[in-house]
Amino acid sequence: MADPAEPALSCAGVIKRYGDVLAVDGLDLEVRRGECFGLLGPNGAGKTTTIEILEGLLAPDAGRVRILGRAWGENDDALRARLGIHLQETQMDEKLSVLETLRLFRSFYPRGRSVDGVLGLLELDGKRASWVGKLSGGQRQRLAVGCALVGDPDLLFLDEPTTGLDPQSRRQLWALLQRYRAEGGTILLTTHYMDEAHVLCDRVAIVDRGRIVTQGSPDELILSIGAPHIVELAFAGREAAGSDHLQERIAALPDVDTVRADVSSESWTVTATALHRTLPALVRVAAEAGVEIETLATRTATLEDVFVALTGHQLRDD
Amino acid sequence: MTDARPVEPRHPFVEMTITRLLILVREPEMIFWVFIFPLLMALALGIAFRSPSETPVAVAVEPGPGAAALVEVLSAQESVEVVSIDAGATGAALRDGLAHVVVAPGDPPTYRYDPTRPESRLARQTVDDLLQRAAGRKDVWAGRNETVIAPGSRYIDWLIPGLLGMNIMGTGMWGIGFTLVVQRTRKLLKRLIATPMRRHQYLAAFVTARLVLLALELVALIGFARLMFDVPIEGSLVSLAAVSLLGAMTFGGIGLLTASRAQTIEGVSGIMNVVMAPMWICSGVFFASSNFPDAMQPFIQALPLTALNDALRGVMLDGNGLLANGPELLVLAAWGAGSFGVALRIFRWR
Repeated sequence: MADPAEPALSCAGVIKRYGDVLAVDGLDLEVRRGECFGLLGPNGAGKTTTIEILEGLLAPDAGRVRILGRAWGENDDALRARLGIHLQETQMDEKLSVLETLRLFRSFYPRGRSVDGVLGLLELDGKRASWVGKLSGGQRQRLAVGCALVGDPDLLFLDEPTTGLDPQSRRQLWALLQRYRAEGGTILLTTHYMDEAHVLCDRVAIVDRGRIVTQGSPDELILSIGAPHIVELAFAGREAAGSDHLQERIAALPDVDTVRADVSSESWTVTATALHRTLPALVRVAAEAGVEIETLATRTATLEDVFVALTGHQLRDD
Repeated sequence: MTDARPVEPRHPFVEMTITRLLILVREPEMIFWVFIFPLLMALALGIAFRSPSETPVAVAVEPGPGAAALVEVLSAQESVEVVSIDAGATGAALRDGLAHVVVAPGDPPTYRYDPTRPESRLARQTVDDLLQRAAGRKDVWAGRNETVIAPGSRYIDWLIPGLLGMNIMGTGMWGIGFTLVVQRTRKLLKRLIATPMRRHQYLAAFVTARLVLLALELVALIGFARLMFDVPIEGSLVSLAAVSLLGAMTFGGIGLLTASRAQTIEGVSGIMNVVMAPMWICSGVFFASSNFPDAMQPFIQALPLTALNDALRGVMLDGNGLLANGPELLVLAAWGAGSFGVALRIFRWR
């Protein structure tokens, strides 16, 4: 168990069914010690079911799970003492103070951090006597993560830790997690924010319909779709732009990977490997076809583009 | 909380019991329903149902020739109180209890009263005696009176143990069952089992916090009843505490059972009302359970609140020790053990 080569977490062939729905469909994962690993996927992809199976809160229908070198059911209390778990929807008692809540959770762990130390880590020192009911959303979320940190865990599970938070609160929480990382902690988190996965995670697994579509470091994944640059453009006049010839001609340009037009043909997405060659060619083709480019913007590919490229649908509905 | 002393870790059981109590006392509604409401109820019922002997009978005299003489005779007596009513208001005065009997002057006078009401019959008798004696009737002999007031014979004496039983049932069911369902809907139970917390310690902390609350409840209601109405406690305080303790544990178990699977507040509220309503009515809180037909008695006697109320009255009114209430205590213990056992088996943590 002390073997540093042993992964912090591994699972193989995990399957979970709810009636006819296959929530987790043969999932394999390995999280190394000291890394931050993200499960990235849309709502309903099976992320929460997966993380709850790994946390020992749900029993899988099939598959093997090992956490810190142990299986669930061997000595769960001893294993839980080394884990920190943050659940998606937990609401702490509103009539307990921040300090009382942390003390309560601290008392469950045979060893752990000092409550004062966690208050400092959470930047909630000034709120120690405030009731949970009086906290802002970001403060509550930090407290929830704090309750997972009081036992000084070797492995921290976080299920959508920043969902519903404003940008500033999200960054505060990220900073908190990076401090935990800096002390050598291992994190497994789920998120549907690709920026969050990119900022926090060493490696991510993209999950869709209960399966892992791909995994690797965020930069590797973006490179793997073969076209790190995205050109988004719109033409004036839908009729001309709607012609198939234009789409074919753009696709044939040098260094262009894919061309996708949205349903109304109003906006186009072109993925490319070398912008300095693609862009002049693109402008020329448009001029030759007699269509006017209304807007044109370029950006670097994100994990969302990886998701779209691999699954053919959007990460989020909105 | 402003001191900067480092926070020392405490035992999880201590920590859980303290936080449970803090949450309870920070709930103003809880303070009202557990402590204030039973006292208000005891006060209202105690005043409304004072023993008849303590109050003079209320007599009204209708206007007419000879009315003044009647009023004069009756006013001189301590045992009657003459009230004035408007002409033609006789029926309303009797109905509302303003007058227990209304005398119409005449020779002989006419008594208007409601024979279905004991106080009305008593008032007619009292007034008739007084008027006949004033008119010159000689009693053949006057019996010697020796008044015996049986201890605990007043309604309030009978009522207080019932209110105590009802309160033990209510706080046990709501305090444990309701809180558990709230914690389940907030996903807090699931969060707790994701820690190394011992589940039996969690439930034990609930019960312990409940017992602290019970001690305060007992002191408040019994103390109030003694100070305000001089309600007796014939048996020992230890027996009273022991019966209350068993009752609290039993209803804690029943509360746990009702909450063991409920997923919503509405769901558990419905179940609790269904469980408690028959006992409010049948188990002798406000009136004796012997009022119900014989056919229902086996069912009523098997209810836990009937057993608790009978045992509390046994201790408070009859001075029973625990052994004399053996059957009731066995019924309670069976309910408690049974519901705890089933609840732990089917309890849902998520």
